[in-house]
Amino acid sequence: MLVAKVGLDGHDRGAKVVARALRDAGFEAIYTGLHRTPEEIVEIALQEDVQVIGVSILSGAHMTLLPRIASLLRERGMERQVLLVAGGIIPDEDVEALQREGVAAVFGPGAATRQIVEFLRERLGMTDSRPAPAPPVRPSAKTAGGERPLAPSH
Amino acid sequence: MPPATDPRPAPTASLGEPSDGLDRYARPQPSELVERMLAGDRRALARLLTLVENQTAEGEEALRLLPRRGAGERGHVIGFTGSPGAGKSTLVGKVIDGFRARGEKVGVLAIDPSSPFSHGALLGDRIRMLGREQDQAVYIRSLSSRGHPGGVAAATAGMARLLEAFGMGRILVETVGAGQSELAIMGLAQTVVLVFNPGAGDEIQGLKAGIMEIGDLLVVNKADLPGAREAAGFLKAALRVGPPPQPGSWEVPVLLVSAATGEGIDLLIQGLEEHRRYLEASGEGGRRRRLQAENELANLIRERLARQVLDRARREGEWDRLIEALSSGDLDPHTAADRLLGA
Repeated sequence: MLVAKVGLDGHDRGAKVVARALRDAGFEAIYTGLHRTPEEIVEIALQEDVQVIGVSILSGAHMTLLPRIASLLRERGMERQVLLVAGGIIPDEDVEALQREGVAAVFGPGAATRQIVEFLRERLGMTDSRPAPAPPVRPSAKTAGGERPLAPSH
Repeated sequence: MPPATDPRPAPTASLGEPSDGLDRYARPQPSELVERMLAGDRRALARLLTLVENQTAEGEEALRLLPRRGAGERGHVIGFTGSPGAGKSTLVGKVIDGFRARGEKVGVLAIDPSSPFSHGALLGDRIRMLGREQDQAVYIRSLSSRGHPGGVAAATAGMARLLEAFGMGRILVETVGAGQSELAIMGLAQTVVLVFNPGAGDEIQGLKAGIMEIGDLLVVNKADLPGAREAAGFLKAALRVGPPPQPGSWEVPVLLVSAATGEGIDLLIQGLEEHRRYLEASGEGGRRRRLQAENELANLIRERLARQVLDRARREGEWDRLIEALSSGDLDPHTAADRLLGA
């Protein structure tokens, strides 16, 4: 799963919390770091063959950036394979418009990580809530992350 | 007995429906994916990498369909390993740039540890290699160190083959640590680079036998920091211990680089190219390829046989009975194994 931070917004603690929660839930999460462009995010999503892109936006630019990502996914023929979800500061009144643009779900600041994980599991067709002992279906939600590595640095 | 097919769930929506359902797994045949990949389709490559990583039947078929390559046409697989914090990912990023400056295409497999409990992972190497997404001659893929049937080394081997078939002349494989699986992964590489931190003196004392032997080039990263020169000195001294090199054999260089500033990277790139030429000229390349082929085949056979035996035993309940007997001390492991293997 890709956890992405797009644009100028410089706050990534929430994104990192989500990325860690995804890891603890048995997913493979890739954090993209801060200030990625929509083009970069979609290219990373392609190379890593992710199933989910989770975009974290706190800057208010969601109505430009999210549709741009959705449109790039369509351009590259990826929109049927990649679930696009968003989190951060996104007003309720914009959610419907975003969903029309192809964002499957929007998680506001109060959303519990468990809620996000359950939503993703359900949409990805993983009904068993325990971590799989067999190799995980590769739900590579890429999580774009900020400056600090989420994983121990090498 | 064929391995499990692609374990991902079947499509929940058919083609043509609105993208409300996830139609991820409308599945082109492996042959079609391979054809598209060979024609330069990066998405086909991405999906093949996933199929091969998960060791599905489709992945194995795809590998069989890859064109055979002669020794001279193979990609150069370069392994990077070392302690956490040595800056390997940043270094790999600079090596990508160095090869790109020479007009070469580069594939990267970045392997990160995953949790033994949740089997999840934060794949954090990629974040050090950002900025190259728009370059179509670079392809970077992250993978976790666990959760691969047959082991991560087998998954990595298959994925490296795909990158090679796609046209990548250099394939950089990055992993961390020096455990068994890292050694197995480094065994896939033609050239192995060990990356050290400054202040590595203690580290070197503590290195297990064998890790130094696998390094073809030793790199002390963060050359701008204190202790870097001393670390390089330690490494050179450590190399002098042991039997003197045969004439004509490769002399392992100790290089000081700074991945942050780019200092020393040119020499590293040169060293990598020199090693590649050395491998071909000396026949050492052929020897290593034979060793790799042996390891790969032996592992594959072990993996298949084990899977067959275990699957049958589990299905028939024999496994549970034996485990029960073992746990209660009624049976010893060797006798249990004899029974499983029908000896």
